[in-house]
Order: sequence, then structure tokens, then C-alpha cells
Amino acid sequence: MSAVAVPAPATVGRVARLVLTRTPRRTLTDRVMRGLTGVATVFILIPLVALVGYVTVNALPWIDLEFLTSGPVDFTRGGALNAILGSLQLIPLATLIAAPLGILGGVFLAEIASPRLANVIRFGTDVMVGLPSVVVGVFCYALLVVPFHGYSAIAGVVALAVIMVPIIARNTEEILRLVPASVREGALALGMPRWRVILTVLVRAGLGGLVTGVVLAVARGAGETAPLLITALGSRLVNVGHLNEPMDTLPTFIYTNSGQPSPVLIGQAWAAALILLLFVLAANIVVRVLTGRRSSGGNNR
Amino acid sequence: MPTTMTLLPLRDRLAQPVARVPDRTFGIIAGGAALLTMAALLGIAVLLGINSADTFRHFGVLGFVLGTAWDVGSAAFGALPFIAGTMITAGLAMLIAVPVGVLSALYLAEFAPRWLATPLVMLVELIAAIPSVVIGLWGLVVLTPLVRDTVETWVSTTFSGVPFLAGAPVGSDVFTASLLLAIMVTPTIVAVSREVILALPANYREAYIGLGATRWETVVTVVLPSVRAGVLGACILALGRAMGETMAVTMTIGNADRVPTGLFDQGQTIASKIATSFVEASGPEEVGALLGLGLILMVMTLAVGIVARLLVGRSRAAAAS
Amino acid sequence: MTTDNALVADASPVAKTVAKPAAKPDGEGVLELRNLTAWYGSFAAVRDVSLRIPPRTVTAFIGPSGCGKSTIIRTINRMHETLPGARIDGGVELDGVDLYGSQVDPVQVRRIVGMVFQKPNPFPAMSIFDNVASGPRVLKTIKGKAEIEEAVERSLRRAALWDEVKDKLKKPGTSLSGGQQQRLCIARAIAVEPEVVLMDEPCSALDPIATLRIEELISELQKTYTIVIVTHNMQQASRVSSTTAFFSLGEERAGRLIEAGPTNEIFTSPREQLTEDYVSGRFG
Repeated sequence: MSAVAVPAPATVGRVARLVLTRTPRRTLTDRVMRGLTGVATVFILIPLVALVGYVTVNALPWIDLEFLTSGPVDFTRGGALNAILGSLQLIPLATLIAAPLGILGGVFLAEIASPRLANVIRFGTDVMVGLPSVVVGVFCYALLVVPFHGYSAIAGVVALAVIMVPIIARNTEEILRLVPASVREGALALGMPRWRVILTVLVRAGLGGLVTGVVLAVARGAGETAPLLITALGSRLVNVGHLNEPMDTLPTFIYTNSGQPSPVLIGQAWAAALILLLFVLAANIVVRVLTGRRSSGGNNR
Repeated sequence: MPTTMTLLPLRDRLAQPVARVPDRTFGIIAGGAALLTMAALLGIAVLLGINSADTFRHFGVLGFVLGTAWDVGSAAFGALPFIAGTMITAGLAMLIAVPVGVLSALYLAEFAPRWLATPLVMLVELIAAIPSVVIGLWGLVVLTPLVRDTVETWVSTTFSGVPFLAGAPVGSDVFTASLLLAIMVTPTIVAVSREVILALPANYREAYIGLGATRWETVVTVVLPSVRAGVLGACILALGRAMGETMAVTMTIGNADRVPTGLFDQGQTIASKIATSFVEASGPEEVGALLGLGLILMVMTLAVGIVARLLVGRSRAAAAS
Repeated sequence: MTTDNALVADASPVAKTVAKPAAKPDGEGVLELRNLTAWYGSFAAVRDVSLRIPPRTVTAFIGPSGCGKSTIIRTINRMHETLPGARIDGGVELDGVDLYGSQVDPVQVRRIVGMVFQKPNPFPAMSIFDNVASGPRVLKTIKGKAEIEEAVERSLRRAALWDEVKDKLKKPGTSLSGGQQQRLCIARAIAVEPEVVLMDEPCSALDPIATLRIEELISELQKTYTIVIVTHNMQQASRVSSTTAFFSLGEERAGRLIEAGPTNEIFTSPREQLTEDYVSGRFG
């Protein structure tokens, strides 16, 4: 292994040594280590396959009409209607708040703010992206649950929006930075005011990327559990439209049911997990395949 | 210039004012949206600070951080079990995730053919997209009994005399939680490290390969030293995620409010403690203490995140220059 | 074309506050640079340029790279100042109105002084039709669906692109060839009815046949618009322009105007040795 330890290919002497000492042992090391990197990759993918497989196999027997049309009843029957309808309310509402705020924030970072201000806000936004979601949940608890004396769906909506906004904002900024400067100049040179340059030309140019960012943020929000446990709480009741009351969602449903000593309820947890997983994975795959195709189409990178 | 305006259409056009209000309004709205995130960040720090001030005042900052008891009955609240649980599980997860993740990043950036690397990278990144609660469910129902009956039983009987490895395995413990954490954060290490490695100019490698070095030797002597900071940053980024990860840990760590005494002991992280105890909190004192835990977690992840960003940023800048 | 007063280099500066008498309609729209210096921070890219450009003519800016030709035309529609640290001294007047006057909005200037860039820059994710319609729509210069359609067709016809695209107006602008894209950008620029069209090396990214089409188009467009074209290509300058301004590098690497005059004179009997050296290919 002495040849491997040569630090820098600088001198002729070292070159000679490297070339001359090309031994079977070095070739073997190369093969083994390269193989090991491949093994590591397979190793990483085993849990993905195992998990998707287990969820599918365990969930399929439990996905039936009752699961989709009834709320929790008792240990032997019932469904997840409360959670399905809850997610269908919370996620769109949170998206409705987060998408415009995030996109506007990203526009500000990329197009309007001075470089110094943009740096400060970008830093704060990055910190928010990295903040554990449970901390955001605790924040919304202190902000919305304590003052209003009760868990509520709206507190959950706000928590999800707080988690999604920075993700969308940073994505928007990066997408807008990929729009060539010549396009910006072309629009300015037509005599468009800056806000029209942004909304008419730049946002349209980056629309695919912006939608991608929103979809990924929605997928992320859809799976959030911890912040909802301490804001929207979860509920056995089917709650439609009462945003000031607790509401269940698929993630909180999975968590609640997973702790129950009942094969039926755990089966329902698997079923809910499959629905959630399908949604999240489908969103990710579609978006990645689409954007992958676009970037390989020779756009900018 | 009203006179020229009536005389000449071109001058008239040039003097036409452009409405500035829409531009300003748009700027203010967008700026407001951008600042809202900043406000949320400040709001989180301030609200958590205010609401946990009593706790920190009552026990003292050090007293709370180093306190080992969490006893609702005697109103004694100490954060150490959860800080320890957070650091131990995150640390153990890194022990697994770092070598596996870096090796895999090397494969996907250096060795895998392009047609294979692209889908593999997508699959690896999909793992990061799986909701934590789904991983937790799988961990609880599938992994926990599996680990208990195989690895844990074997290790604890084989090394029964060794501290930290002894004890009756229960499955829901620090080891299983760390394993799940490792699964969850490895994609971060792979994705960021791969990006850093790919940013390295190709001529770095070619020069060395041209001398007769094998691909692996090139990686060890040329690639890895050049991307050290970036890969370290990727690992620290993953560490931050592991520290804040909640559901998968909550569902598999056993939820015992004590400093774990071994690998197969039950424990609790800050995040899992908040998730399990918030709703059933006994009263304002416990809620205050839980918010104090939230503040500690925020400070911990913030510090880790800043270090990671500095490292990754520096590495990217170095690669670009 | 009256060549004697068409273009006077180094015209003596006139106080900007003096209101000029109303010009005759055919003299309306004279473009005048007065002691113009363009800065990037503390670096003067081009210094003290004075030049009079008569309306509805083609004026070519030629000179070696880095002499500030592009910077100068970007001052005319106030695009120069959109770059960080960029500013000017001196002034630009159009039809006697100081374009840098406090009463004049740069956005309004750009509506009247259009620009075509070096690389075709059709708006991405927009159809051919929308590319041309975007200006009138946003600026509200034309209202009504039928009127906009009419304006788009008129602009595309004037840009000699209509016959090629009339059946695929809904296709993305970026799907066109390079030369077509550049003509699309010209159509987009003239759809907002400017007085002046600035062209910054519009053919440098195009093949010879596409270049020829643009050159023919320029000759046609000068009946309606004042055209200022920056070019590296001296043959092009001699083909399309009636007047030529030659720039070169002066002290401190700042560009300066060496001389300007009727194109045939600049190319056959320039007054300055530097110009002769350049047009005869001895440097640059």
C-alpha cells in the first residue's frame, strides 16, 4: 500500500515509483474498494425496498370501502375518513398560505433585495429550513394554542405553512437565478416596470421550477407529524370545516393507531401509511423525472 | 413642461410619467413575505424564551441543562436525559451513516456509470422524502422485533460482561432508534457529498490517473483530500437532521426519561420528549420545561447547522475557484 | 440624405436648459449625446462622447473590443444604470428632451428607445405570439384582443418574420432558429412603437444567411426608426449604415469617440490616422 500513500504527483521520481509499482495487490485493492462503494449504495437502498414492500403488503388487506368512508369506531372496525378529510383540508390550506408567501419571498431574495439584505434573509431562511419541525410545532403551540385555549386545525395549518414557506422561498430564489440575465434585460429594455418583468416574464420562464418547489414542499408538509400532534392534535371525529377545533390527519392517525394493541388499528395505520407514502413518493418521482428531463434538455446547467 | 407636451408627440411621450406605485407596492409585499420567515425565526426564539423563562429562572440554566430528573410529582425538571439521548442517538446514527454515506457518494460520483447513477441517486433521495411517521411505523412493527431477536440478543449474550452492551434486549431502545436515524440521514450525506465531489474539476483526477494510479488511489489521494470540508459539512448537516428528527425516534426509543445506561437501554430525545409529553403535560410548569427543551434543541441544531453551512459553502467556493 | 449636417462629431455642448424650438416633423427625434462619460464604479468605460444622430437613419458604432461601444448604446435607453455601480456624466437628448432629466422616467425611456441584444433573448416559456404581444399587453399601449393580434402581425411583418411563423404562432419562441429568434426579438422591440432601436451586435451569434436577412431588415426599418447598431464587422457597417462612428481606446483604457461621419467617408477617406489604421485592418 506504500504507493497509495504518495501524497502528491509532483516529482519524476515519484512518478516512476507509481508506474513501476503497479502490482496485482494495488489492482486488487482498487477492485475491492470500488466494489465496497457499490455495496454501500445497495445497503442504503435495502431499507427503501423493505419499507415500501412491507407497507404495501401490510396495507393492502385493510384498504376497503369502510376504511375510506368511515371514521374510527372501535378496536375491531372503523376507518380513516377523519384523517383523510383532515389532510385534504390542512394541506391545501397550508399550501394556499405558503405558496404565495414563499414565492414572493423568493422573488424578493432573487430580484429585489440588495445583496446584503438578501444575504441576511437567506441565512435566516436557511436556518428555518433546517429547524426541526417539532420546534415549529412548539412555536405554534405557544402562538396559537395557548392564547386561544385549545388545540385547533388552524394552528396546524399555520405550523405546516411555517415549515413550507422557507422551502418554497429558497427554491424560488434558485429557480429565478437560473433564468438568464439576458431575459431580464430583454424585458427591462421593453420598458416593463420591474414588477411586470418579474411576474410576466421571469415567473413564467421559471414556472415549471416554481411548481416543482411547491409540490416538493407540499409532499414534505403532508408527512409532517410532530408539529401537528401539538397543534391540530388529532381527533377521532370527522371534522369538516371547523378549523377552530382539533382535526386528524394521515400522519397523526398513523402515529395514534401505531400505539394501539389492536391488529385492526395497526392494520389501518399501515393502510394510512400506504396512502401517504404513495402520495409523497409519487409527487417526488413525478417532479424529479420532469425536472431531470428539463435540465438534461440543456437548459442551464 | 406643458408647452412642449402639446407641441410634440415624442416629447409628450418622453415626459409621460410611469406609475411607480405598483412597483413599490409589489416590492413591499414581496419584502414583507421574505421578512415574515425572519419574523417567524425571531418569534420562535422569543416565544420559546419567554415561555421557558420561569423554568430557567427556577432551576438556573445549568441546573436545568444538567438536571437528571424529570419528575412531574415533585416538579423537578432536568434536561440532561434528553440532551444525552439526542446526542447519543444522533452520534450512533452518524457512526453508521458517515462511512456508508461517503462510500456511496464516491460510488455515485466517481465509479457508477451515468445510466445507473442517475436513477440510483433519485432512489437514495427518495428515502429522505419518506415521512418520518411511516419510517417510525415500519421501525416499530417490523424492525424492533427483528433487531431484538437477532442482533440484540446475540450481542447481549455474547458480550454480557461488557458495559453498555449488556442487559435484556427490548427492541424499543437507543440502538433501534439510532438505526432508523441512520437510514433517514444517510441520503443527506450521499446527496451533498456527491454534489461536492462532482464540483471538483476533472483535471484533478486525470493528472493522477495519467501517472498510473488506480481509480481508488486517485480517490484517496486526490479527491477525498480536496473535498474534505464539504463532506464534513454534509455529515454535520446530517447530524443536525438526526438531532431534530422526531417521529421515527419517538416510536422506537422506548420513551424512558433517563440517561440511557447502554446501547440496548430505553431513552428519550428532546424531540421525542416534546412529542410524547406535550399533550399530556401536567401543568404550566411542565409545559414551560418542555418549551425550554425546545429552546435547547433549537440552539443545538442552529449551532450544528451554521457549522455545516460554513463548511459546505467554503468547499463549494473552493471548488468553483 | 443630407450628409453635411447629418452628423457632427464633438458638437459643442449646448446648455441643457435651453428649450429648442419645435423641430419640423421630419427633423423630429434627433438623438444627441453630450459629453457623455459612462462609469462602472470608478472606472470610466467610455469618456466624453458627443454625437448627433439624425432621425430615421442607421448609425453604426465600430471600433476594437473594449472601447465602450456597447456601453454607450446602453446609456441611450438607460439600461447602463441597471448594472451595480454604473452611472453617467453628461447627457443624452432625444428630440431636445434630456433623457436623464429629473422629469423623465427611465422605464418610459426604454419604451421609446428599444433594444435588440447580442444574443437573441426570446422570453422562455412564451409562444411566438406572446413574445411579440408581451410589450403592448404589459405597457397597455394597445387594448383589445383584435388590436393586439393586428399589432403582432404588423410587427412580425415589419421584422420580415411573418411568413415563416404565421402558421405556428402558438409555438414557443425558443423553438425558432437563431436568426428567426433575433427577428422575433426585433418584432418584440418594435411592437411597442419605439422611436429609436438600438442594436448591440445583433448578428454576432448568427450565420451568414441569417445575418444577411437582418441586414436587409435594418435597411427597411430605417424608414420608420432611428437605428443605432454596434458591430464588430466593418463590412456590415459599410453595408447597412449611412453614418459611422469610430471608437477606440484612449487614456486609462477608457473608450473615446475618434471620429464620426458619413460611412463612405469614414471607410475611404477618414480624417484620423487611427481610423484609417482600423478600417484598413492594420489594428483591431
